[in-house]
Amino acid sequence: MPHIPISRWGEPYKSLDLDKVVHFATGEVLAEVSRANGGLVERDMRHAQRARDVLREIPIKQLLAMVKKAGELYAKAELPCGDGTQTPDQFARMQSATTGLPEHMCKFNMSKNEFVLAEMEQILASLTRGLDLDILTRGYGVESRGVPVSYQAQSPVLGMVLPSNSPGVHTLWLPIIPLQVGLVLKPGPQEPWTPYRMTSAFLQAGIPKQAIAIYPGLGDVGAAVLQHCPRSLIFGGTATVEQYKGNPRVQAHGPGFSKILIGDDKVDEWEKYLDIMVDSVLINSGRGCINCSGIWASRHTKKIAEAIAAKMGPVQPLPPEDPKSALAAFTVSGQADAINKQIDDDCKEAGVTDLTAGFAPRLVKKERCDYLRPTVIHCEGPDKAIAKKEYMFPFCTVVECPQDKMIASIGPTLVCSAITEDAKFQRALTDCVHIDRLNLGPLKTIQLNWLQPHEGSIVDFLYRARAFQFDKGMIKI
Amino acid sequence: MTLTPQQAKEKLDAHVRDIVAWHFNPETGSPFWVDAAAGKNPVLKLNFDPRKEVKCFDDLKKFGLFEDDWLRGGPARRWVPRALANKPTYIFETGGTTGIPKSRVVVEDHWIDYEQFSATLPDKHFPKGSNWLMLGPSGPRRLRLAVEHLAQFRGGICFCLDLDPRWVIKLIKKGWMEHLKAYQEHVIDQAMTILSAGHDIKCAFMTPKLLDALAGRLEKEGSSFTKAGITGIFCGGTEMTSQWIRFAMEEYLGPDVYIAPTYGNTLMGLAASDQPKPEEDYKICYYAPQPRATIEVVDFDDYNKVVPYGADGRVMLTTLTKELFIPRFMERDEGVREKPSAKYPWDGISGVKPYRGFAATTVVGVY
Repeated sequence: MPHIPISRWGEPYKSLDLDKVVHFATGEVLAEVSRANGGLVERDMRHAQRARDVLREIPIKQLLAMVKKAGELYAKAELPCGDGTQTPDQFARMQSATTGLPEHMCKFNMSKNEFVLAEMEQILASLTRGLDLDILTRGYGVESRGVPVSYQAQSPVLGMVLPSNSPGVHTLWLPIIPLQVGLVLKPGPQEPWTPYRMTSAFLQAGIPKQAIAIYPGLGDVGAAVLQHCPRSLIFGGTATVEQYKGNPRVQAHGPGFSKILIGDDKVDEWEKYLDIMVDSVLINSGRGCINCSGIWASRHTKKIAEAIAAKMGPVQPLPPEDPKSALAAFTVSGQADAINKQIDDDCKEAGVTDLTAGFAPRLVKKERCDYLRPTVIHCEGPDKAIAKKEYMFPFCTVVECPQDKMIASIGPTLVCSAITEDAKFQRALTDCVHIDRLNLGPLKTIQLNWLQPHEGSIVDFLYRARAFQFDKGMIKI
Repeated sequence: MTLTPQQAKEKLDAHVRDIVAWHFNPETGSPFWVDAAAGKNPVLKLNFDPRKEVKCFDDLKKFGLFEDDWLRGGPARRWVPRALANKPTYIFETGGTTGIPKSRVVVEDHWIDYEQFSATLPDKHFPKGSNWLMLGPSGPRRLRLAVEHLAQFRGGICFCLDLDPRWVIKLIKKGWMEHLKAYQEHVIDQAMTILSAGHDIKCAFMTPKLLDALAGRLEKEGSSFTKAGITGIFCGGTEMTSQWIRFAMEEYLGPDVYIAPTYGNTLMGLAASDQPKPEEDYKICYYAPQPRATIEVVDFDDYNKVVPYGADGRVMLTTLTKELFIPRFMERDEGVREKPSAKYPWDGISGVKPYRGFAATTVVGVY
């Protein structure tokens, strides 16, 4: 059985505490992962500055070429994994086996990561608004229009407390290394695979091993990462997001509550947009924060919900290796039962109807895992408790709400696809501060433009623009 | 003289008979137990006469399980044996972040327990006459006074600090992590002040988390436990894993500082362990201060059944002192049953961690 060690800035460390990573369907132990302790993280942070120093010795242009190469290796090569090696197919199988995500979705996420690494130069150019990237290395420079600029790194490393359930989130940390900032990764318990494989690819492509540390572990390790890294990203539920709200050291990523809003001018043609709605809810098994969990319109909502239910209701669990498999398994015991009960309880409220109830029972229990079949709930008004709920499976509410009340009622929304040509509505949507990514037009919520920031620009999070004046004759850096 | 396991068992059985005779004798026993036997205790009515029917440790099963709620609230005097009623009495609490804490009355048990524990500490690293730092909880806790007594018993002076673990738990539950960090720094500041004040401190009690924090601070200031003059650390108060102790020994303590891991609580006293060794994968094996208290590792589904050696189960504690009789108390921990050793000829426990049935709701390692 392969052993995956803690990586202390590239030095493998085998812990006395080992966690078994188990196949969700067969119970087979796939690997043993060394479990770090919080003190280990704290102690290793003494070398955090070295991570940035070794990266700063490599020009960003060269780092971009390295990460592009790393993307290819990640997607195509047999790479070291712990004390063994791993092919791309083995990676997809293992990721599927522990996260419950079907294999073809794991492969899709691999290609997404490869794409992001290949396009990193354009992505950084967009995120920095065309800044000469050497300015990040040097700390100062002069813009093409002759204005001095300075960007100061706020941390030598970025801490990442990663989730288990959504391999898609890894794209968020891929730009960090070419930004010459080190990485401190705490993998999700069921998903150690991507951090290790990506790191392996980075190292093979020439990134110095002192730039990346990986600490699998429990809550104390996550807490230590957040405490000792001056900048961190964490993924969690609403409570996590609330906990770190306003904390400049932490960017918390939680549920997206992404939505599609159909304007009064377009709602009579709703059938034209049915596939966009279904794909937004269903793709990637509804696990992403960019998956749609609410469709809002002022009329025809019952018919819209029925039509979506007719498309998604028949979807059933298939084996993870089946290329048609559309549903991810719940691999954490009791999770699917709890969600199922919450939905049933919410459906008791007047004006709330489960339009997928007629297809088959929502909860499908297997020997070692569970599934939840796609669920479409109609709400007669935005005040229903379930109207703004989000779950990590293909679930959406279709909410009847007057257009002029929508923006005030939808609540925090990561991605809003607004299908309308109503200029007044578009203006209000553009001004709405609780919408993060705004799509105007019939765009799927899951359709990302990688050249755009996601939940705030990572560059702004890591670098602070500041005033900087200098005497040319004296400056030596 | 070292006993064989059989002799230790016989000694325990005899001790059980003495303790039961004491606690259920209306002249000497506590009102709680005397009334329970007489059918006058509103929360517990025994349908047998313990003084006649309890002849050995195994007979304690007749009591069923001890309910921890019996320890909440007053009157505390119901737990004081009549024969000790005129002695000065302490009350020590456990828990209590919200609601009424469990409490235990003590006359001299904490002294006796820690005097016995003192014998397990190597004098080379815990020199007699040296001063101590108590880096642990203050307030209505047994640990604070017990460590102070340990220092005094060994001829030293104990330097203490303020640490309110109930506030720490509230900070964690509220998610106020910045405040938590600030409070931890406040505690470490106090420790650093004591260590820098010329008190010639060589020994210390500290919890694993505070050891981490103090080691980190010492290192940041260019110091270490060794440079600060510490030669022996008695560590306890919260769970510690073999990995943690290996990490502490390899990276913070070095070869010159001895660490004595302990497992205990307000009810039982202290279970001791020898310093873990690399050749044994830093296994921490605790032994209760038998016969004054016992630890049994019992089946998760059948608390009457002790698990085989090497198997894991839930921790059942029994306290058998003249001050307190607590039979079959289900602790919030689990662990692995270990064989008797030459030094401790009775069962031990390793791999102690929060009981899986409660783990999700237990706030661990708060100070």
